Amino acid sequence: MATVTPAIESHSDNHAHEHDQHHEIGFIWKYVFSTDHKVIGIQFLVTTLLMLMVGGALALGVRWQLAFPWGNMPILGKIFTGEGGQISPEFYTMLFTMHASVMIFLVIIPVLAGAFGNFLIPLQIGADDMAFPILNMLSYWFMWPAMACFGISFIAGGATAGPAAGWTSYPLLSALVNAAPGSGAAQTWWLFGLTTVGVSSMMGSVNYMTTIINMRAPGMTMFRMPLTIWSMFITAILQAFALPVLTAAGFMLLTDRLMGTCFFIPAGIIVNNAEPTVGGGQPLLWQHLFWFYSHPAVYIMLLPAMGMVSDMLACMCRKPVFGYKPMVYSMSAIAGLGFIVWGHHMFTSGMNPALGMTFMTSTMMIALPSAIKTFNWIGTIWGGQVRFNTVMLNCTGFVAMFIVGGLSGIFMAAVPVDIYFHDTYFIVAHFHYILFGSTLFGVFAAIHFWFPKMFGRLMNDTVGKWHFALTFIGFNGTFFPMHLLGIAGMPRRYADPYLHPYLEHLLPMNQFMTCAAILMGFAQFLLLGNFAYSIFMGKKVGRNPWGANGLEWSAPSPPGHGNFDVPPVCYRGPYEYSSPEAKALGQDFILQTEPPVDISKIAENGDRNVH
Amino acid sequence: MKKFWALFFFFWPAVAIWCCLIAPANGWWFPGKAMSPLGERIDGLFYLILGIVIVVFIGTQFAIGYVLWKGATKPEDESATFSHGSHSLELIWTIVPSFVLVFIALYQMDVWAEFRVQSYYPEQTQEDGPKMEVTARQFEWRIRYPSAGEQLKNQPQPGDLYAVNEIHVPTGRPVKFNLRTDDVQHAFFAPQLRVKQDAVAGLIIPVWFEIPVAGEYDLVCAELCGWGHYKMRATIVAEPQAQVDEYLARLQGEQNFDGVVEDADK
Repeated sequence: MATVTPAIESHSDNHAHEHDQHHEIGFIWKYVFSTDHKVIGIQFLVTTLLMLMVGGALALGVRWQLAFPWGNMPILGKIFTGEGGQISPEFYTMLFTMHASVMIFLVIIPVLAGAFGNFLIPLQIGADDMAFPILNMLSYWFMWPAMACFGISFIAGGATAGPAAGWTSYPLLSALVNAAPGSGAAQTWWLFGLTTVGVSSMMGSVNYMTTIINMRAPGMTMFRMPLTIWSMFITAILQAFALPVLTAAGFMLLTDRLMGTCFFIPAGIIVNNAEPTVGGGQPLLWQHLFWFYSHPAVYIMLLPAMGMVSDMLACMCRKPVFGYKPMVYSMSAIAGLGFIVWGHHMFTSGMNPALGMTFMTSTMMIALPSAIKTFNWIGTIWGGQVRFNTVMLNCTGFVAMFIVGGLSGIFMAAVPVDIYFHDTYFIVAHFHYILFGSTLFGVFAAIHFWFPKMFGRLMNDTVGKWHFALTFIGFNGTFFPMHLLGIAGMPRRYADPYLHPYLEHLLPMNQFMTCAAILMGFAQFLLLGNFAYSIFMGKKVGRNPWGANGLEWSAPSPPGHGNFDVPPVCYRGPYEYSSPEAKALGQDFILQTEPPVDISKIAENGDRNVH
Repeated sequence: MKKFWALFFFFWPAVAIWCCLIAPANGWWFPGKAMSPLGERIDGLFYLILGIVIVVFIGTQFAIGYVLWKGATKPEDESATFSHGSHSLELIWTIVPSFVLVFIALYQMDVWAEFRVQSYYPEQTQEDGPKMEVTARQFEWRIRYPSAGEQLKNQPQPGDLYAVNEIHVPTGRPVKFNLRTDDVQHAFFAPQLRVKQDAVAGLIIPVWFEIPVAGEYDLVCAELCGWGHYKMRATIVAEPQAQVDEYLARLQGEQNFDGVVEDADK
């Protein structure tokens, strides 16, 4: 193991002075407009958890309509419609559009990069804060205009005419004001929301890249970084390269709507007896631009969870990550290939069929690094001294669900099979297994795992296990049957599929799924309750309650301003669990900050208290 | 409790497999056998991938259950295996899946080519030209046939015949038609035929299918097109050529009908 001279820089001393000077900082600057990455991370976390409940409620609206078409929806239906609670078709299109928009842009992306990226990057690389703290603060506060714009979009077009073009917002539905009840002001506000949320992500991305490249502690080489940091780094790169395309596309669509341009509008189109369009544009252009961002975005929504799960699995199995470098290379491969597979969302779109073959081949290739990662996770558990706590269960749930989502992806990657499955419930099943089954179980695990570092207390493990079990059962009850609905040919985004005789017999199955979804929805209150209760009443713990290796565990819990009381120096990789060095110290973990242990000497002396 | 959780992860894939096994008998499966030769090949490809996927699913989920069970039964005082991985295992699980994936990718190319690449369309369709034009609009399907003996033109012709939400095609021969949309994006989805193609504003897209057996088949919309997306319902009627001709003649008759009824007494 390479030894590193601890080049303790004076910045830490400076920091101590700064700390004194900032002692009198007021409540607002300390907790609201804070520039401290930990506070910003927690702000992101709390906001996204609340948005998770909003997105979930919208999903339950969708599920209600599919189980009891045109029946009066209790509670939510009454609040929204102000009448008996019957869901109208245009309200239904709004429900799934906003469910996806909220979940993707206000929950999944910000909870991974915003909450955990912020909280973990400086702590895990041994920095005292982000490279650009004010930019960091702004990245959180740009979430609020985004939420406001999405919120206004609910009501801008009237109570039942929210944005209704789906989260993909394909023109012409989204480009022509008369195309649907929700294509008016609501769609414009939705696009504003999309743009602002992009600004927030971009600010985060620049900050993460700079911080990870420049601010690593002495000895923290690239290949000693935890996989969480690798995944955040790769995600930040993905965002930096992909987001501008979406922002540009969103702006083009806005000018089509507001300034009379025709990027996406061909000539002579008449919707709803409005004037024919003058046109000259091409609707497929939007799909290309949108998916050029949104396919890499799928990995933005997944990679950080993959990284965090690798960290947590190693810790909970007391074992190094199986194949650390293959993991890093796989993530890099996913990121690289992620830019050349966007066309697989467009196999039936009418683009040049030769492109279909190209995209199919690249899509098959991107399955490979995902497979490698899966085998490595199983390899990590294998031979481990497994601790069956909430963190471990959620991580295992992540791996098990990721396999399902990955395997169902192969059907779609095969173009001819995708001809049949495109835009059916099979697709809905597939991406929920990835975005909920994988990402959210990873996030649940991460919340339980890093909670002690955030608040200095543990979350309740029994409640956590109940939450896991109920969510897991509810999740599979809701989403596994969706594969079968897809095979049965049920298209997505249908307010009433049972109008078609070949789908009539699927009603009981949909009712079962809705019950499972309600169970899953209510299970989330266990998480929120546990989270809120444990902040104040959880069991107090010290710096390293899990016996983990990362630099963050050498800081106090919760870390003060500037994070580390002793400037950290990194001596080894993050996963040296149960290593001979660790055993020499009489434990099964060895902090990255622990200076090298002379194993031979300890063996001779039998003295375990050298350090 | 440790063993319980290990068993938990053995149990759920078993439920999932059981669910798939009972699905066809309960009608949670394809809407009937594929009613077109291309559809049959798509189904064949589906079952091939399903076979591969089930093997991998059982293998990996069993592996998860197994390593958890080993972890659960490991004596407390025994420490975890200290290993950073295995180069040969990494090689195996990189090379084997890549062969499988490349095989799937190559194996299906010609099905795709036959479905979408015009030069690979059946010769019959090249000779016949498009039989009709299907135009999607919010929220119905409009069909335009050329008048008897004429070829279909992209611009509507005076003698063209029109129908709504009902397509009549001859059985036993490949039928090509032009797909377009009047307004927003739609998708032509015939579940029993396994055919799907988006209709994009500004484009005319040739699509073909062949139905060997006479009958009525569903046509629905598969691309979100507004509030009434779910109700874009139409029927594809496959019947012998003679009956199609009869239908077109009837359509012609209806279209030529001037509203004047001859007095029966004269």
